[in-house]
Amino acid sequence: MEDMRPEDIVGEYREYTLTYYDGTSRKVLVTDIETPYPDGKLIVSTTDTKGIITHANQAFVDMSGYTREELIGQPHYILRHPDMPKAAFRDMWETIQAGKTWRGYVKNLRKDGGYYLVYATVMPNFDKEGNIVGYTSVRRKPSRRKMEEALKRYAEMLAQEQEEGA
Amino acid sequence: MTTFQMTVSPDFPPNRIAGWYIFNTWLQKATGLNIHLELYNDFESQRRAISEDQVDMIYANPYDAAMLIREKGFEALARPHGKVDEAVVVTRADAPYNSVDDLKPGLRLAATNDPAVYLLGMMMLEPAELDKENLHVQQVESYPIAAKLLIQNEADLAFFLKEGFEKLSSFTRDQLKVLVESQIGDLFHAFLVGPRLAAQKENIRETLLHMHETPKGQDALASLGFEKWENVTPAEAEFMINLIEALK
Repeated sequence: MEDMRPEDIVGEYREYTLTYYDGTSRKVLVTDIETPYPDGKLIVSTTDTKGIITHANQAFVDMSGYTREELIGQPHYILRHPDMPKAAFRDMWETIQAGKTWRGYVKNLRKDGGYYLVYATVMPNFDKEGNIVGYTSVRRKPSRRKMEEALKRYAEMLAQEQEEGA
Repeated sequence: MTTFQMTVSPDFPPNRIAGWYIFNTWLQKATGLNIHLELYNDFESQRRAISEDQVDMIYANPYDAAMLIREKGFEALARPHGKVDEAVVVTRADAPYNSVDDLKPGLRLAATNDPAVYLLGMMMLEPAELDKENLHVQQVESYPIAAKLLIQNEADLAFFLKEGFEKLSSFTRDQLKVLVESQIGDLFHAFLVGPRLAAQKENIRETLLHMHETPKGQDALASLGFEKWENVTPAEAEFMINLIEALK
C-alpha cells in the first residue's frame, strides 16, 4: 500500500511507520483533528477472508475521506491508526476467524490524517456449507465515556507493546 | 388445490388493509395460486403462525425478514421500489433536549412492538448509554398513540418508523420534534416466500417485477402505496441480515 501523502493532509501532522500483520509497512501522517461521528448513520463494509475491502457504503466513504474506488481492493488496515495497539486487532481476527462476532471500540485514521471514533461489530459471513467467505463490519456512534475508557486502555497496551518491541 | 397463506408485517398502516386484499386478488389471478390472506393484529400472533409453519408468503419488516431467511428457509424476492426503513427518535417540541447527548437515564420511552424500529431506535440512543435497563419502556399499539403520549407528557421519547411519523397530521407533528433519525439506506421491507413455494418462487418473482406493466397491476400497487416492485438478490438480503445481526 502507498504511503500517505503530505498533500492529502489537513493541518499539522506527525509521521509514523506502521507494520501490518502481513509484513508490509506504510508511512502514515497523523493529525489531532477529529471528525465527529454523525448521528443515526452506520458505516458498513465487507471484506474477503484476507481483509481486502469488497464493499463500502456511502457513510464509509464520507467518514474515511477516501473515494469508493480508493477503498475497494485495499486491505481494511488502510484505516489503522497508530494509536491502536496490535493486540486489539489480533483479538478481533482470532474471534472472527473462529466464526464468532467481535465488538469493540476503534480509532480509525482518515485519508486527511484526522481520525474518527466508532463502536464496531465485525462478523463472519458464511456460505451454505458453513465456510467463512468474508467479513462484514458495521460501525456506529460510540458512547463518549466508553470510548474514552477504551482509548485509555489502548494507550496502556500500546506502551507495553512498544516496551516489548512488539 | 393447495391453499397458501400470505400475511403482512403488522406494522403496515391501517389504511392499507383494503390494499392488501386487492393485492392478494391480483396475485392469485396472476399466478394461478390459491392464496389466503391472513392479517394478524400483532407481532406475537404472527410469530406463532410462523413458528407453526402456517405462513407461505409474507411482506416482512427487515428484522422478521432476517429471521425468516436464516431460520425458516424463506427467500426474499422483491421490495417496493425506492422505499427504505428508517427510524426517528422523537420528543415533545418544548422538551429540554435537543440532541441524544442531552438525554439521561430514567426517561419514559414509548415504542411500538415493531422490532426493526426498536432496534434502530435503541442504536441511536446508545451514544447516551441509554438502553432498556435504564429507560422506562412502554409498549404502545400504534404511532398515533405514541404521539399522544408524548403530547400529553406521559412519555419523554418515542420511536417511530420514519414513514409512520411523517403520516401523522401536521397538527400533531408541530407539537413534536425529531431528535435524531437513522440514515442507513440498506434496510427495507421485502416480499418473501417460504419453502412450500420453492418451485413457484421464480414465477412469483417475475410476476411481481412485471406488476407495474399492466393497468390492473398498477391499480393494485397504488392501493399499497407502491410504485413498483424491484428485485432482491440473495446478496442484498444477506447484507440486510448482517446489519440486523450487528445491531442486535
